[in-house]
Amino acid sequence: MHEVAGLPWGVSLAYLVSGVLFILALRGLSSPVSSRAGNRYGMAGMALAIATTLVTHNAASLPEIGVAILIGGIVGFVIARRIAMTAMPQLVAAFHSLVGLAAVVVGVAAYLNPGAFGILDAGSNEILTHSRIELGLGVAIGAITFSGSVIAFLKLNGSMSGKPILLPARHMINLGTLAAILGLIAWFFVLPAPSAVPWLFWTMLGLSFAIGFLLIIPIGGADMPVVVSMLNSYSGWAAAAMGFTLQNTAMVITGALVGSSGAILSYIMCKAMNRSFLSVIAGGFGAEASSGGGEQIDRAYKRGSAEDAAFLMKQADSIIVVPGYGMAVSQAQHALREMTDLLKQEGVTVKFAIHPVAGRMPGHMNVLLAEAAVPYDDVFELEDINSEFAQTDVAFVIGANDVTNPAAKTDKASPIYGMPILEVYNAKTVLFVKRSMGGAGYAGVDNEVFYMDNTMMLLADAKKIVEDIVKALGH
Amino acid sequence: MDFIAILSIFVLACFVGYYVVWQVTPALHTPLMAVTNAISSVIIVGALIATAESSSAIAKYLGLAGIVLASVNIFGGFAVTERMLAMYKKKDRN
Repeated sequence: MHEVAGLPWGVSLAYLVSGVLFILALRGLSSPVSSRAGNRYGMAGMALAIATTLVTHNAASLPEIGVAILIGGIVGFVIARRIAMTAMPQLVAAFHSLVGLAAVVVGVAAYLNPGAFGILDAGSNEILTHSRIELGLGVAIGAITFSGSVIAFLKLNGSMSGKPILLPARHMINLGTLAAILGLIAWFFVLPAPSAVPWLFWTMLGLSFAIGFLLIIPIGGADMPVVVSMLNSYSGWAAAAMGFTLQNTAMVITGALVGSSGAILSYIMCKAMNRSFLSVIAGGFGAEASSGGGEQIDRAYKRGSAEDAAFLMKQADSIIVVPGYGMAVSQAQHALREMTDLLKQEGVTVKFAIHPVAGRMPGHMNVLLAEAAVPYDDVFELEDINSEFAQTDVAFVIGANDVTNPAAKTDKASPIYGMPILEVYNAKTVLFVKRSMGGAGYAGVDNEVFYMDNTMMLLADAKKIVEDIVKALGH
Repeated sequence: MDFIAILSIFVLACFVGYYVVWQVTPALHTPLMAVTNAISSVIIVGALIATAESSSAIAKYLGLAGIVLASVNIFGGFAVTERMLAMYKKKDRN
């Protein structure tokens, strides 16, 4: 046979089927109705890929493999059962880091033992030249995914400040490191005998770990939805590159799917913030102190109590709830559901409006509301509900600031200018839940909505005030 | 399989991914990330090969480490996706 890996056709076919099952897994997510079936397809695809590999390779180490899968499986399963839904962004970041590290581990194993992976050139006893590029890229992207995700995890988990950390000359350092990595991969490719210069591969790997770290530390907390999506994408490209090395269609298809999925999510997130991908990656957003914040401190605003809010909402015909990161932080979603249930019993129409970048990852708010058993057909995306605020009696904003800030439309100097916003100010009354009047959102921009005549500020912890409103509604 | 054949699969799969992912409803973007996470752990195939075909102890332990890492992700990713998807309910079923 002239093939390098020389897989029998049945094996290739099995990997292809598992790739198709992965496509169906994503296809299922087009609607909550078909989503669970989709997830089953995904599991079936994975089981098929693993079984195919085990059947076609040396079975001697099967017991050890079984133990390794069991250990990893139990750890993963227990984490998945126990994790709080509010901690989902950190969990996803942690999982990304594992994919990255696994790609590195596989790449290093292939580098040390190319014969086992069918990438050894029999003539020169060196790794095949095209495999060197795939291997180099796979290991580099895997390492970037790993260290970048670790930083993203620490920031999302609050173990590290969400504030951007700005090194001097960071753009030069980052570009230099990136160029060095690409240069080393190119050198690895053209060298007649790379096994004679082992430091080359290891330096490339070390630099890749470093660049992942350097790339994410200057990026602030509110840009995390983009970062998490981007790392999602990287983990896919790493898997695809390793798939090229192993000539494995399941890996190549999956890598392409995951890579494009993460890229699309990054695009959606960037668009929802009206920022370019490059400006997010360059980092530093939210690091500057708010400009001209001084004169707004003494502006008059109306402050209300839980009883006032309960009264207003009871009288209303329609309410739109706008949740944001603040709701997640104080875990207010269950109390919020209780509140909206009581209001529905009073005959009030309640809808939820979600901005694409509310929270710390794509779809974060939707999951929290689903956890609190808010039916998904009560939850609407920005473009579907924005026109309804004008006909709505009360907009109940809970822990969302920047996504409701009209400065995005009116103030060209504002850092959030151009970002699509939820037009809560069009509602007859705005109830704005916020911890305190200080600290105006992540972007450090004051919000005109606070000072409008039809706005009532509810200054308290989100969960506390919603619970108080529930009590007040009960009377 | 030659390089062009596998590249063709890759490029076409990128297009499939593009169209399929745009169809995903925004409400399910978090489960999308969790499930893509789980399936990208198909990299476990590489770790299995490394372990099964290892000629040296170090390659074997690397492979086993890769299997553990990827398994955490596979089981964790699918389980957490399942848990999230089970929470999405329609109005009438409450």
